[in-house]
Order: sequence, then structure tokens, then C-alpha cells
Amino acid sequence: MQLGRVEGTVVATIKSEGLEGVRFLIVQPLDKHQRPVGDQVVAADAVHMAGPGELVYVVGSREAAEAMPVRFVPVDHAIVGIVDEVALIG
Amino acid sequence: MKVAKVSGTVVSTISFPFFDSKRLLICDLINARGEVDGYTIAVDVVDAGVGETVLVLDEGNSSRQIFGVDTGPIRATVVGIVDDADFGDFSLQGP
Repeated sequence: MQLGRVEGTVVATIKSEGLEGVRFLIVQPLDKHQRPVGDQVVAADAVHMAGPGELVYVVGSREAAEAMPVRFVPVDHAIVGIVDEVALIG
Repeated sequence: MKVAKVSGTVVSTISFPFFDSKRLLICDLINARGEVDGYTIAVDVVDAGVGETVLVLDEGNSSRQIFGVDTGPIRATVVGIVDDADFGDFSLQGP
């Protein structure tokens, strides 16, 4: 999983079956020091509470689909938690 | 699996149910040249301490087997604490 910052939302009424009611957010992946790294992605919000600007963690690939209400939907990034604190050494 | 150094923890009270009361560690992935090459947030199952060298499993099916679940958004799991890893050109020792 990686850290990410929620930077926007995507609304799509016409989408693949099984994705009804799934909220899509634009997430900027971050390195462990919370600096942007790589391109933004559209992630499904599996905690239903991530808001703009929030620090989240995101799971990728098939495991993202495992976080959805309907199994095996075409989702490759999912927000699975909101970060309260990142404590680093060094 | 990958060798990594635990460099921090992630505290999260709002999460997908699977992660409730699970310990999240920031693991700096170490490549074959001994350099840190990216990181992953992994669920700890061996009580690894921050600063320790560990083994990180980064594959969903295996991780789900560890937790005994059929489904769940889990990929990266800290499955071992390294005492000594010898890469030939360099080696990593535990604490």
C-alpha cells in the first residue's frame, strides 16, 4: 500500500456493472515523506469518508477490487484507510 | 518476498474493516545493491520493531492465507524479522 492525498472527485453515471454507488476520488500518490511521486490516479473510496486534502493509504491491483462491495469489479486502486499520523524514524 | 527496513508506522482509526486493530509499518524496500528503492505500507504479523530489517511478502493470495481469509484488500505483510541477509556484495544484520 502507498500513501496518497485526495485531490478531487470523479463522477461517472455510466460505468461498469457492479460499480454502482462506488465513489471515485482523484489521489496523488506520495512517498513516505508525503511528497508527490508519480501520476495521479482515480481510486475507489472503500471507506466512504475520504474528503479533499485528506491523507489516505491506497491498495493497488487486484486487492483494490477486494475492497469493493461487489467482488471482482474492474478497480485497480482503492482507498482503504485515512491516515491519522505517520511516525518515521530518521 | 522482499527485504526491507522498517522506518515508521502509520496510525489510522478510520479504515476498511480488515485493517481494524492491525499494525501498519512503513517498510523501505532494499534492492540488490543495498539501496532503499521505494517503500510499502505492510501489515505486521511478527511484532517487528521500527528500525528492524524484515521480510515483506507483497502478494495478495499468500497474505490472505496468513490471515485465514478468502477475501480482503491485503497485499503487503511483514512475515519475518531478518537476523542476517547476505547478498554477496553486502549483507544486512538484525539489531
